[in-house]
Amino acid sequence: MDVEFLSRLQFAVTITFHYIYPPLSIGLGLILVIMESMWLKTGSVRYHNMARFWTRIFALTFVLGVASGIVMEFEFGTNWATYSRFVGDIFGSALAAEGIFAFFLESGFLAILVFGWDKVGPKIHFFSTCMVCLGSHFSAIWIVVANSWMQTPAGYHLEKNGEALPQGYVLKAEDFDSVRAVVDDFWSMVFNPSSIDRLTHVIIACWLTGAFLVMSISAYYLLRGRHIGFATTSLKVGLAVGCIAGILQLISADSTSRGVAENQPVKLAAIEGLFTTQANAPLSLLGYVDMKEEKTHSIAVPGLLSFLIYRNTDGVVKGLDSYPQADWPKVSALFQLYRVMIAMGILMICLSVVGVIMWRRKNLFNLRSKKTRLFLWLLVPSALFPQLANIAGWYTAEMGRQPWIVYNLMRTSEGVSRAIVANQVLFSMIMFGLIYILLFAMFIFLLSSKIHKGPSEREESEYSLEQQHVVISNQDC
Amino acid sequence: MQLDLNTLWFVIVGILFSGYVILDGFDLGIGVLYLFTKSDKDRRLMLNVIGPVWDSNEVWLVTGGGALFAAFPGAYATVFSGFYEIFMFLLFGLIFRAVAIEFRSKETWRWWRQMWDVFFSLGSVLSSFIIGVTMGNIALGIPLDSNYNYTGSFLDLLNAYSIVLGVMTVAMFMMHASIYALMKTEGELHDNIRKWITPCIIFFLTSFFIFNIMTFIYAQHIVEMVMKRPHIWFLFIAIVLVVINIPRQIRKGSDFKAFLSSCFAMVLLMGLYASSVYPNLLFSNPHIYAMTIYNAASSHKTLQIMTIVAAIGMPMVCAYTICVYRVFRGKVKLDDLSY
Repeated sequence: MDVEFLSRLQFAVTITFHYIYPPLSIGLGLILVIMESMWLKTGSVRYHNMARFWTRIFALTFVLGVASGIVMEFEFGTNWATYSRFVGDIFGSALAAEGIFAFFLESGFLAILVFGWDKVGPKIHFFSTCMVCLGSHFSAIWIVVANSWMQTPAGYHLEKNGEALPQGYVLKAEDFDSVRAVVDDFWSMVFNPSSIDRLTHVIIACWLTGAFLVMSISAYYLLRGRHIGFATTSLKVGLAVGCIAGILQLISADSTSRGVAENQPVKLAAIEGLFTTQANAPLSLLGYVDMKEEKTHSIAVPGLLSFLIYRNTDGVVKGLDSYPQADWPKVSALFQLYRVMIAMGILMICLSVVGVIMWRRKNLFNLRSKKTRLFLWLLVPSALFPQLANIAGWYTAEMGRQPWIVYNLMRTSEGVSRAIVANQVLFSMIMFGLIYILLFAMFIFLLSSKIHKGPSEREESEYSLEQQHVVISNQDC
Repeated sequence: MQLDLNTLWFVIVGILFSGYVILDGFDLGIGVLYLFTKSDKDRRLMLNVIGPVWDSNEVWLVTGGGALFAAFPGAYATVFSGFYEIFMFLLFGLIFRAVAIEFRSKETWRWWRQMWDVFFSLGSVLSSFIIGVTMGNIALGIPLDSNYNYTGSFLDLLNAYSIVLGVMTVAMFMMHASIYALMKTEGELHDNIRKWITPCIIFFLTSFFIFNIMTFIYAQHIVEMVMKRPHIWFLFIAIVLVVINIPRQIRKGSDFKAFLSSCFAMVLLMGLYASSVYPNLLFSNPHIYAMTIYNAASSHKTLQIMTIVAAIGMPMVCAYTICVYRVFRGKVKLDDLSY
């Protein structure tokens, strides 16, 4: 258990816990904007009650995101100080921009969103909701841009003690005491080869996360026969967002994977368990990787991998044999994690599409029908599916980048802080583990409590599905 | 003092951290004072004094840290990795402060509320104390090697000088929070808080004096700087005068002016600190490997880019922050949205 291993483990623990919450905030943020705009447009009390209830859920996810988020900013410095010295120009700027443009915006207007219902008019409140949504999306932008730079560095040159190094200089471990990555062109750095693909993919995933939470809770209410009107409309909003996001995610997934094939071919080879460079490369659907024999045993579709990457089965896909073994990430784990993400993704798309079809066929809210109840029953645990997809996807991305912390420039082992030792990290890791277990238990408890309490009582009758048109006023609910 | 980008960023990082202490200072200070209120209603009122704003106040720390990382990555790396355990405790304090506010009133059970009340208060005290201990060590100087990595231990950071500054910081936040709470409350709670102000001021001024005396004993390099920069004496005197103005304003019934005085005192304190250390960011002990705004900085181009980012972003931040505070102006009243 050396200091590098423990630091990596700690980062994994802290980021995994943290990442439960921002996608919920981003996804719910979008959904709150939709619900509140429907309220302003229709004047229906139902939409107002939806906005109020989902805001309460939002507030809970937001505070946990904030509490666990500040840990991440500190952790770059505490455990990865050598990395921080190397990339401060670039990674530091993105983080500072995230603070200035995103965190202030979302946290500032959060005050009005959560506490200001009766203090400002509906239009200003709606503006605040939009600003919180925008702020959370901005924070995704900056952090994904920063992380993408780690995957596909661009817009920089290397300097040793202030002197530029020649192009193609290969860094050695000793260099990191004096070498830095220095920004050349801000926009090339921001729009590095993988930023746009990864940002789109992450944001859509966040929309799915929010949508499925809404669908999950709404389905639960419907099955229990509680808050039927509220749950019906909420489910419709969740389903619409989930279905559109799911289909868009397919397009994004294709573009992102082709980006990985082009910019990080060894990562793609590992994800696909492709040991030999070949044309007509097969796509493994399900199976396992035998690292000893360097063979992947799987149910595979011949030629499909080449086709997906090049739109041509003759395309040559680089296998792991094209790269020195010291540069291979953990092939077996990546192979499985990636497929978990894909499986969750397919599951979500199927659920949303089936849901929309049932909705159009007026089958979705027929609460006495067995088919409807079965489908709703499937929706109840569905809040977990995007969470699993997010974790599996990010683990694929980050483990796939190994052994590099900055791809092809700095190895993870070279980025660890020199001033710390294993015992210190063991201490902090145990503390985070204990604290986060407590916080997660609190999160589940309070979320269940809010679900149990349900939306405000001042809504229309349980069995009415008609919209009520009520005059908008400041005193409304 | 030179007019260059490095100095500008020394000032900007200073402004961000000053903004943090002025704003989250009263949030943390309310936490320090919190357990002195006993009734559930009073505690809820105290929480709702900071309720809508504590989160965006904390962002000043996040942004200050981010700006430090962007402008002076060398200092960010050295300090954060060197102060490992202390910063972990700071994080634990901030985590518990944050979640306690949100969780506390969600259930009615006494044990639940008491538990989160204690977490809120302990988290606030711990965070305040560590902020002071950090500043103390940075001013005192820490052992660094030729690669600017910290070579000391956790206990080295708990030296008398830094502990006194930690206590002073707790006192300062208590004082600041008591004035803010005075502004935002009414009735019996308001009158009770009024009685705390003078003891808080005495506590702060006493620890401030002790800290400055200790600077003469322990931090020779700071004393040398101060001798070279006589204007620092004016800052020192100004701080005392501004703090003494606080009870004067309160007696006149001008709670807001008292609060402004407290804010101004903190700005002067940060200015005092900055003037005493500039152009150093971090002293080393022995003083061979000090980190300055030059050797710890990122590239000139990055500082230029960041200046544009700050010039666009910070005015907007100030504008809407003021707007949000205006929406929540006036005395705190508990309603069904409150914590």
